[in-house]
Amino acid sequence: MVEQQHEVEGDLTVEHEHTTHSQGFYLAIGAALLVLTATTVAAAFVNLGPFNPVIALLIATIKATLVIIFFMHVKGASEKLTGAIVVSGFFFLAILIALSLADYMTRSWR
Amino acid sequence: MASKAASTENTAMSANQAPKLNYLNNGHSLKSWLLTTDHKRIAMLYLISVTTFFFIGGFFAMLIRLELLTPQGDLMQADTYNKVFTMHGMTMVFFFLIPVVPAVLGNFLVPLMIGAKDLAFPRINLLSWYLYIIAGTLFLHCMLIGGVDTGWTFYTPYSTVGSNTNVIEAGLAVFIAGFSSIFTGLNFIVTIHRMRAPGLTWDRLPLFIWANYATSLIMILGTPVVAITIVLVAVERLFHLGIFDPALGGDPLLFQHLFWFYSHPAVYIMILPSMGVVSELITCFSRKRIFGYKFIALSSIAIAVIGFLVWAHHMFVAGISLYAAMIFSFLTFFVGVPSAVKVFNWTATLYKSSITYATPMLYAFGFIGLFTIGGLTGLFLATLGIDVHVTDTYFVVAHFHYVMVGGVLMGFLGGMHFWWPKISGRMYPEGWARLSALLVFVGFNLTFFPQFILGYVGMPRRYWQYPPEFQVLNVLSTAGASVLAVGYLLPMIYFLWSLKYGPIASDNPWNAAGLEWKTTSPPPTFNFDETPVVTWEAYNYDEIPDVPLEAPVAR
Repeated sequence: MVEQQHEVEGDLTVEHEHTTHSQGFYLAIGAALLVLTATTVAAAFVNLGPFNPVIALLIATIKATLVIIFFMHVKGASEKLTGAIVVSGFFFLAILIALSLADYMTRSWR
Repeated sequence: MASKAASTENTAMSANQAPKLNYLNNGHSLKSWLLTTDHKRIAMLYLISVTTFFFIGGFFAMLIRLELLTPQGDLMQADTYNKVFTMHGMTMVFFFLIPVVPAVLGNFLVPLMIGAKDLAFPRINLLSWYLYIIAGTLFLHCMLIGGVDTGWTFYTPYSTVGSNTNVIEAGLAVFIAGFSSIFTGLNFIVTIHRMRAPGLTWDRLPLFIWANYATSLIMILGTPVVAITIVLVAVERLFHLGIFDPALGGDPLLFQHLFWFYSHPAVYIMILPSMGVVSELITCFSRKRIFGYKFIALSSIAIAVIGFLVWAHHMFVAGISLYAAMIFSFLTFFVGVPSAVKVFNWTATLYKSSITYATPMLYAFGFIGLFTIGGLTGLFLATLGIDVHVTDTYFVVAHFHYVMVGGVLMGFLGGMHFWWPKISGRMYPEGWARLSALLVFVGFNLTFFPQFILGYVGMPRRYWQYPPEFQVLNVLSTAGASVLAVGYLLPMIYFLWSLKYGPIASDNPWNAAGLEWKTTSPPPTFNFDETPVVTWEAYNYDEIPDVPLEAPVAR
């Protein structure tokens, strides 16, 4: 912890080592997100029965992944802390879903 | 902003030359407070705001106790009573208990205790206070135009299709306050990871830091869930999308799952920092290295993680499956283990130590006793069969007030007295302080112990009337609340008095270990003139043999 003593009002002078992409790259990711949004809307008009929510959630997951990896610079982040926070976020989401399902899957009156 | 940073830097440099310049007298204009990025000044802004909300919430509490003085509904109508207990709960939970220890004592002490100049993101820290103020103003507005009557838990479908009060505005206020708390958590985590002084390894960190670290994890991982849940309530209310309303194809229990996924861990957001405070107080006033340092540190993390596995114990009678209820009951018993680890380690620290009964220590003792009662009655409630009997009775009300008020508030007041010399540079009047500690303890027990009995014999919560046979215990409770109110007003008066008339405090009036005592009282803007280098273990009281300098009485 010796390496980081800062001079100015506690500013964290962490070297920004994460890979920065060109402006065009981010615009392309943004366009991809818009296309996927349009796909979600289009898919909602096709009757796939129980698969409608599956498709919608799948597309939403892809979009969220794009945002996390590229817009939030998680890919190529030098900090282990960043990875740890992302992983624990998903871990606690899994707890939320799994333990809620322990109720929903076992209701006798359903 | 760059020029502002430069000018602050200049003042800091002159601080080195004139030792009397500190964070309090470094600029007196309103602007120098409202645009400050100094964590200590932001902590003071938070102190003023949470105290204001505490007294607003306390006002509603007194209205509740006055109404319940008599069995008839004579002070207010049922509808008004619903709003009053809702406003009491929302104010206290979201605008007082959650921010009180992290945003005031945590903000002030985290950088000081780890030898840093400030938090990692000083501007985000200021932003968090502004978000709190925006949320608080919105909530006050909501209060003035008629308030909410859903209970602080926003339960659906009442909150989405039943209530005609200002649910969305209150929800928005809670949503914004949530982001304020996320920012605090984010700041603490990065600061504790990246800005510790040389030599301050993880196993040398003060336990208050460990407690705030665990709290920050819950703030970051849990708060977004309640934020989106409240958005879903608003969406269902506005657009009639079927999410929670069974008539629209929704599931009301889904709301309770999502809400308690945050709101149960939120209980630990409130109590963990106070536990951290108590660890500091116990070891200082017993002049002994804390017993089981690693166990206390890791029990904070264990509480943060296990706290996420127990939420449905709030829903045992709501209609969840018996199978899920048994799983959650079982898991709830587990969260008692790390809490018990802390209590046993504190008492083991006291064993054969040399104890000084100064005011902060009185509060710490109060915490241990009241938290133990609160925690053990939690085990009653974790037991499925007993929970069916006492759900939604005053037994539950008494239980969580023992944890929230007996725990959190005792810890906060103990911490405020302990660090007041550091915060203000002045000593508080010890005699008055001990009197107020006694009043708080007696008043608290008189208020809430009768409620255990009331609940057990069947008085339901959230009613404005009750059968006459419950009156004696209710009168005791209301009398206790009056004593408690005096106990809370006293510290506010003598803290304000001591700002001007209190004796000047030395840099380390308690002879305490910890980096925050190695700088001046009050500290300079950048905390330390030279970055400290840590070569010792935490709580090396065996190497600091002196008794607290300000020890009030012979031991």
